[in-house]
Amino acid sequence: MTDPLSPLDRPNSYIGRTVPRPNLERLVEGRGTYVSDMTLPRMGHVVFVRSPYAHARILDIDTTAAKQCAGVIAVVTGAELAEQCSPWVGVLSHLKGLKSAPQHAMAIDRACWQGEAVCAVVAATRAQAEDAAEQVQVQYQELEPVTDMRTALEPHIPLIHPELGDNLAFERSLDAGEVDKAFAEADAVAEAEFVFGRHTGVTLEARAILADWNPGERRLTVYQGTQAPHMMQNIFAKHLALEEAQVRVVCKDVGGSFGIKVHVYADEMATAALSKRLKRPVKFVADRIESFVTDIHARDHVCKGRIAVKQDGTITAFAIDDLTGIGPYSMYPRTSAIEANQVVNLVGGPYQTRNYRARTRVVFQNKNVMCQYRAVGHPIACSVTEGLVDLAARAIGMDPLAIRTKNLILDDAYPTDSPSGLKFEALSHHASLAKLKQMMDYDGLRAEQKRLRQQGIYRGIGIASFIEVTNPSAAFYGVGGARISSQDGVSVRMDATGAIIVQTSLTEQGQGSEALTAQVVASALGVALDKVRVILGDTDNTPYGGGTWASRGAGIGGEAAWQAGKALRMNILKVAGTILQTVPETLDIDQGVVIDKETGRERIGLDEVARITYFRPDTLPADFQAELLVTRHYVPRQYPFAFTNGIQGSWLEVDTETGFITLLNHWCVEDCGTIINPQLVDEQIRGGVVQGLGAALFEHCRYDESGQLTNGTMADYLVPMASEMPDIEVGHVVSPTLESELGAKGAGEAGTAGAAAAVANAVNDALDPFDVTITEIPLTPSVVLKALNQRRS
Amino acid sequence: MKAYAFDYVRATTLEDALALLERAGDGGKLIAGGQSLVPALNLRLLAPQLLIDIAHLAELRGISSDDTHIHLGAGTRHVELATSPLVGQTLPLLQMAIRHVAHAAIRNRGTLGGNLAHADPASELPACMIALEAVMLVLGPKGERQVPAGEFFKGLYETALEADEILVRISIPRSPAGTRCHFNELARRAGDYAMAGLAMVMQGQDSGDVQIRPVFFGIGDRPVLARHAALCLQQAENLIDGLEAAQQALALDLQPQDDLQADSDTRMQLAKVLLKRGLADLLAQGRG
Repeated sequence: MTDPLSPLDRPNSYIGRTVPRPNLERLVEGRGTYVSDMTLPRMGHVVFVRSPYAHARILDIDTTAAKQCAGVIAVVTGAELAEQCSPWVGVLSHLKGLKSAPQHAMAIDRACWQGEAVCAVVAATRAQAEDAAEQVQVQYQELEPVTDMRTALEPHIPLIHPELGDNLAFERSLDAGEVDKAFAEADAVAEAEFVFGRHTGVTLEARAILADWNPGERRLTVYQGTQAPHMMQNIFAKHLALEEAQVRVVCKDVGGSFGIKVHVYADEMATAALSKRLKRPVKFVADRIESFVTDIHARDHVCKGRIAVKQDGTITAFAIDDLTGIGPYSMYPRTSAIEANQVVNLVGGPYQTRNYRARTRVVFQNKNVMCQYRAVGHPIACSVTEGLVDLAARAIGMDPLAIRTKNLILDDAYPTDSPSGLKFEALSHHASLAKLKQMMDYDGLRAEQKRLRQQGIYRGIGIASFIEVTNPSAAFYGVGGARISSQDGVSVRMDATGAIIVQTSLTEQGQGSEALTAQVVASALGVALDKVRVILGDTDNTPYGGGTWASRGAGIGGEAAWQAGKALRMNILKVAGTILQTVPETLDIDQGVVIDKETGRERIGLDEVARITYFRPDTLPADFQAELLVTRHYVPRQYPFAFTNGIQGSWLEVDTETGFITLLNHWCVEDCGTIINPQLVDEQIRGGVVQGLGAALFEHCRYDESGQLTNGTMADYLVPMASEMPDIEVGHVVSPTLESELGAKGAGEAGTAGAAAAVANAVNDALDPFDVTITEIPLTPSVVLKALNQRRS
Repeated sequence: MKAYAFDYVRATTLEDALALLERAGDGGKLIAGGQSLVPALNLRLLAPQLLIDIAHLAELRGISSDDTHIHLGAGTRHVELATSPLVGQTLPLLQMAIRHVAHAAIRNRGTLGGNLAHADPASELPACMIALEAVMLVLGPKGERQVPAGEFFKGLYETALEADEILVRISIPRSPAGTRCHFNELARRAGDYAMAGLAMVMQGQDSGDVQIRPVFFGIGDRPVLARHAALCLQQAENLIDGLEAAQQALALDLQPQDDLQADSDTRMQLAKVLLKRGLADLLAQGRG
């Protein structure tokens, strides 16, 4: 045998192979276990009475009639539940100056957004609880709501939390290089105000939790659709006055998360507190209307941007002034300042210029809470950056691809950093751009565009380069004081038949954590994939770790799985070496059989190694102890984040009479390093792109001036559907991170990061003959028509 | 959310259904396909005490024809209309429209009668009924009566049906040879409620003696036959010459509403575009 090219180059490796996911059959046959489906003996269903007002004082809650209703177990007000559950404040120490007010599981004397829970009704069935909830009489005194983030800081606007002194939650400024000089010496300056519609991540399965306080063992078991079971274990313990050891969080099948299910929701805390109070299992499943008014929203930003450019195409500065409204509280424990902070970090990130000035302000408002949703901050930063780059190109009459080629950080410039201090290990902007150009046949599309324009058909090409934060180290949350682990652990053991059992701290919500873990372990060990069973999502039965969010699963949990698999292989080979009386280093495992590394000759099956280990240890030397369970942990140390990069292209048609946009094709080239399962990565990219396209064209949580959400149903809140989606072609450039052996970086958010920017640029490209520039999403027919009509009149 | 508790009974005959409906008074509600009713129940927008299931009544089923009319049972499901050769031959407008009605799963269960009786102003089929001059056969305790489609739709979710009446059958006159029809709607996504839609039937020649029935939907509280616009087209020497006047005349025919999808100006603009494109399609059919 020749020397392996890399440690990954194993016999029959599953790394880089598309193989079916181990959980596929179970899920498609309807044999999954979602919290929504679970029932426990003596279980009560909780329904929350929610504030119909955006801002109101709670004068009185009369629960008398509700308590008389059929099937009712308990009716509990916010004040009563505060006996079980202490409030929290969503701040982190590394986000300097971030402030928020204490938030309770249910409002006590004041409701701060439409949808905030003020009273809980627990009954034998959900329908009975809903019947009784209608009988709860709440007297409200309406207060003036703060809804417009643009005026939230003005002196005549009421303060949502008077004790904080103002409505400003967080502010950050950055000034790098010589921005004023760059603008003064620019040949052209372009500027625009970019407006982003507040939207949310609509999961197929709504938020669901089943909490079971067992007074007999003084333990709380929480079945929850969450991305971070260990984080939740800590939070439940802390606010319900328990030790962490008294709390078990079990995360079975989850119907989608997208960052929505990584936060601490007041109604979920209330559900756990109710279980403790009532000493019985209590279940809460959000219905769709509740989801729209309580699942975190995201992306509500107005960002002014300026760009300076020389006539030769050299971009010499970016400057932004960003404003975002986050609802009445900073979300706990990850805070609602991260998104704005990411915008400051990421704008201009793919480009060479060192001149960058930024400010962001994060304000409170009486709307649903905002927090991290897939690709946190990236779509804002990417849309602003790439929108500005296109404006600059237009100002000097340069082709959009040409200006990017001129300004993207060169592929041989690494390691390097950004003006905002981001460290880049190795990116591939130019290789990605070249690949995109070839995949989309850029020159051919330009020719087609020109030809069709003569027939009155307006098609546009949009390009968007991006960088993406993945594999976050402790720099993300840990350094700020949050007990959110950035490391992951994986235990691998061989059972008495030679089968492999893996326990990982990653979680699975549909993205393939289970599949990638099995593939990595099977490859590291040298066993068939169907010999590997993965256990995840249980704080009692997995190593401690972060879970699945921020594109960290493959890069961090995957590396821990790789190291654990390798260590177990060596331990198995030690047993085999002892049995075979040979040096373990001369052996390897292939397809579940111990072989001679040199010749490939089969020596002993793993089932036989296991049999001897577990049942005939008497035949092994007295001084030898087999260890067929190993655990390894991993966390990135060298780089705070493993940045990835990519570029997207959009090809679309604008109907200039109706304002309708038809997406014709979409391309995404990305570089997530080592690819473990190509199909899973491609579908992650496609799914991410679709959510970005949803933001570009459809998704919008629309509030009126009084703070009422006006479109909280699936009929009115438009999610992207298959009929409107174009083909999405995915290409890869592979630059593995050298920090880990696996070399994997994240792929979960790349699609979402750049899709809306590419679409917006394509729309403006299509409308170029009309001299129209639109910098607002979603790009609804009304928005497009309004812009065209303004120009026509 | 879960629906309020209600009783359910499956009617055995049309007569039985009528009796149940009368006995239930205000608390009774007919259910056929349930595709609009069940969501409304689950949202607790409706709280009937008794649901009377008429989905299985043979008297409400069937697609038939005689020398003058096509007869569609009110219980006919959308999918049956979409796949019926007779409907395809005689009422192509209906099959064009049904493709835009929600999604396949909904079309499999939703019924024609339920669609019409629900009277959603953004619904496709009510507009087609007006364009095709359908007649609704309605049965009540006092017997049978016939309501022309133009008088059936009274407003937002409002029809000429009394609380104790059942829509039994829809009869549509056979179209003369050479009749052309056009259907188009502007919806944000396939299957969504239209921001504006147009069902249009034309009889006669491109120039001279022509009858044209443009019916708009998704604009205003009910489908509207644009009489003024039609007149402009009919009075023009050539249809196409009448377009601009017809577009202007839409201001007399339509009262577009403001809603989440579009303001009234945008809707009017979309209606004009639909009329222009519809006319172009009809003319192209004449040439083809």
